[in-house]
Amino acid sequence: MSKAIVKRKNTRIDMTAMSDVTVLLLTFFMLTSTFVQKEPIMVAIPASVSEIKIPETNILQILVDTKGKIFLSLDKNQDKEDVLKKMGEQYGIRFTDVEVNKFKLIKSFGIPIGYMKRFMALKSEEQDAIMTSYGIPCDSTNNEFKEWVRNACLQNKDLRIAIKADQLTPYSQIKNIMKSLQDIHQNRYNLITSLKTVTAQSSRN
Amino acid sequence: MADIQNNEKSNKKGKTKKKDIHIDFTPMVDMNMLLITFFMVATSLSKPQTMEISMPSNDKVSEYEQNKVKASRAITIILCAENKIYYYFGEPDYNNYNSLQETSFNENGLRSILLERNAEVVAKVEALKQKKLAEKMSDEEFTKQMTAVKEQKSSPVIMIKATDDSNYKNLIDALDEMHICSISQYAIVDISDGDKFLIKNKETMGELSKKIDNSKINNAIIN
Repeated sequence: MSKAIVKRKNTRIDMTAMSDVTVLLLTFFMLTSTFVQKEPIMVAIPASVSEIKIPETNILQILVDTKGKIFLSLDKNQDKEDVLKKMGEQYGIRFTDVEVNKFKLIKSFGIPIGYMKRFMALKSEEQDAIMTSYGIPCDSTNNEFKEWVRNACLQNKDLRIAIKADQLTPYSQIKNIMKSLQDIHQNRYNLITSLKTVTAQSSRN
Repeated sequence: MADIQNNEKSNKKGKTKKKDIHIDFTPMVDMNMLLITFFMVATSLSKPQTMEISMPSNDKVSEYEQNKVKASRAITIILCAENKIYYYFGEPDYNNYNSLQETSFNENGLRSILLERNAEVVAKVEALKQKKLAEKMSDEEFTKQMTAVKEQKSSPVIMIKATDDSNYKNLIDALDEMHICSISQYAIVDISDGDKFLIKNKETMGELSKKIDNSKINNAIIN
């Protein structure tokens, strides 16, 4: 009796189809999604049924957290540079080229102008950590926020202002911001919201 | 990774050997999966929505130039702490605390009130939308007629007054209701002392209006 030799079968799974699927998915994600912007604070934005999409460029975003701290972000580097220089002139601070370049790298900024020079000298990790405790001052005695927005709008005529505030921000803080914008004759702006679920709309019909 | 197998069966009579080329795609799939995971985590699919809003300008407008709204068209909404909303129609009545009524952000709260008040316009807007759905109208024509319908003289004018205790969500919700109820004329207005009085009066069930001499209040409001 001969020993039964178990023949080893080579099982192979053809991965070509699988690869096709993954490449397709990858292409979809690359084309449809946009990268998440790094923001110093997380805000939970309120929902609305408004379906207007926010434009992608020429946006001055005003980020407001629950305590009313304000952070600004501009999407164009040229605008950032111009605005910083203008602000420097106004407050009598000279920024070096190195500092201006560093400023361009920051996505959102919220530092009182007097502290800006010292802030630029810090490493980027330290900057992230420290930024959340500041915010741009916006009160009647020292309204730097107003000056930032005013200069930004002067530099770029097409700039649109968008307010992104947390749901739980007290109205008094929002009122303060709206008043400041009114003072500089910026009466049209956008409020960023997320899309409300369909229940609200379906009940209407 | 890639191997060539001799096909034993076709090895007859000097036929050219057929070679099966297999390329193993497993590492390719691995890499793609990794990339997909990265894109799913680092990006966002949904773009945020936005509400467009225009505020009145800050310039001082003389009494003469100001547009006076007919009392019958005016509705004032006051947003308070803890998601409470009060509203009154037309001129406030400082003597009767029941003139200020409480409502909510529910569907049968503020929305039903506004829909009822704005019924004429809402019906027309719906009719327009039906027409649009039946594809009897171009987009341009639709927006044109829509604005015409919304600017009707009889439609209500809403004044949204938020107290300092209310939050941003309340304001957005209120603006949202304007959008849903097809109200074209609304404004965010600062809260006046008179309105604050109304709220206090409501909370104390008319205690304040009993205490204070009526003529005094009226004088205070006029000034």
